[in-house]
Amino acid sequence: MDLAHAVLEGNRLALARLLTQVENGTVQGRQALEALFPHTGRAHLIGVTGPPGTGKSSLVNQLALQIRRSDPPRKVAIVAVDPSSPFTGGAILGDRVRMRDLSGDPGVFIRSMASRGSLGGLAHATSSVVQALDAAGFQVILIETVGAGQAEVDIARLAHTVLVVEAPGLGDDIQAIKAGILEIADILVINKADLSGVEATERALLSMLQLAHPAPRIFANQREHHHLAWDENPKDLESVETWIPPVQRTVAVEGDGVTELAGLIAQHVAYLQKTGGWEQREQARLQSELDELLRQALVRRWRDTVPEAHYTQVLQRLLDRQISPWQAVAELVNGGEA
Amino acid sequence: MAERKIRVLVAKPGLDGHDRGAKVVARALRDAGMEVIYTGLRQTPEMIAESALQEDVDAVGLSILSGAHMALVPRVLDLLRANGQENVRIFIGGIIPDEDTPRLLEMGVSGVYGPGTPTDTIVNDIRRSVLGSAEISE
Ligand SMILES: Nc1nc2c(ncn2[C@@H]2O[C@H](COP(=O)(O)OP(=O)(O)OP(=O)(O)O)[C@@H](O)[C@H]2O)c(=O)[nH]1
Ligand SMILES: [Mg+2]
Repeated sequence: MDLAHAVLEGNRLALARLLTQVENGTVQGRQALEALFPHTGRAHLIGVTGPPGTGKSSLVNQLALQIRRSDPPRKVAIVAVDPSSPFTGGAILGDRVRMRDLSGDPGVFIRSMASRGSLGGLAHATSSVVQALDAAGFQVILIETVGAGQAEVDIARLAHTVLVVEAPGLGDDIQAIKAGILEIADILVINKADLSGVEATERALLSMLQLAHPAPRIFANQREHHHLAWDENPKDLESVETWIPPVQRTVAVEGDGVTELAGLIAQHVAYLQKTGGWEQREQARLQSELDELLRQALVRRWRDTVPEAHYTQVLQRLLDRQISPWQAVAELVNGGEA
Repeated sequence: MAERKIRVLVAKPGLDGHDRGAKVVARALRDAGMEVIYTGLRQTPEMIAESALQEDVDAVGLSILSGAHMALVPRVLDLLRANGQENVRIFIGGIIPDEDTPRLLEMGVSGVYGPGTPTDTIVNDIRRSVLGSAEISE
């Protein structure tokens, strides 16, 4: 069976099997992805990240329900990434527990992924898995990851829109909100807004945002967002090209604030389309993918040209502190000339 | 880069209350290097089959304490087959009367485990049956 063809025809088992091949890095998976590539680039990729347990899966469940109810309903895929154990390589992927409302809907496809060898919260194969789902016709792809370290950068590179989900009690302490995670947020969500401490969390987030976006800024849609722009200046209405991450409260277990959140996501898409940001993100993503593949290919090709003994000998001189790492590179790459 | 991981769905069908046993097994499978998709309580056979398909799992572990196994298990097996997943191995844990075990195995279940079964036994059985079938089909 031609996997790519079956995926394009909407065969869900073929899609599921393709995702496994892609995750396992097989030749078959790669060939299918190559055949599918012309069909990619249509989906809206939404990253959902934040500290453990803030309600990301519950929120993804609600957002997917909301998107399925919209007119016309769009097809939704969910990729939920959880860390692999660095010791055993195993993983418990438990995000589906919060997504039972979505079962039985053929317009939804949920896939759990372990991060496998990857250092960040994203697996190496996540972007390829997303490409396959995009080609399969899912118009919105929600990518859930635990926000930790490198994952933030990865998700920002992959997604068009990044939601950072915080919760009261975690966020009141400025230390607890890592600056990195705020930098990548297009929309900040304070979930569990039914719990006490929401105001404190919101204040902390807003003041951190102000630090991150010090320049006078006006929202793309000034009228609807004036309460969020702290440095209002009507004269700047011409320079409406900067997006300040809005802060939205939600109660994911009840669905409160989800309609508003979906509205903000739609506004972010409109903003990206109006300002050319959509193309910019597409370009940045494909370029970083190209660069990464190029890097791997060049390293592989170069390794084939260097005798193992020479490499080991240079490495030994490095270990003996006879040469510096830079000198070692110079010697391996140019035969000694820096 | 290429690595094959055993993927197992752990689900708790039926209406009975707790999932302690299912969680213990899930952890043991993870510690054995497997990827466990944990779906939690009160899963219908339809939900289980749908998750098994989307996750392309090698095996499904069902924890059944309610006594409804003779109704639930054939339904799950039928749905998996209807989806083209006849290769997926099914393992049952929980309170299963001795006389039902041979009948479940006959239906196509790969293993039945009562309370107190060492998790190592379950881990080894799943690994052997999944890797064994992969060798045959490749
Ligand atoms: N009170 C309250 N609890 C919530 C809310 N949203 C989620 N929860 C609960 O918070 C817990 C964690 O929810 P999840 O959706 O699994 O959170 P998560 O961020 O996906 O968790 P990880 O994937 O483990 O990082 C669950 O017990 C939810 O029921 C909310 O709005 N209010
Ligand atoms: Mg989650």
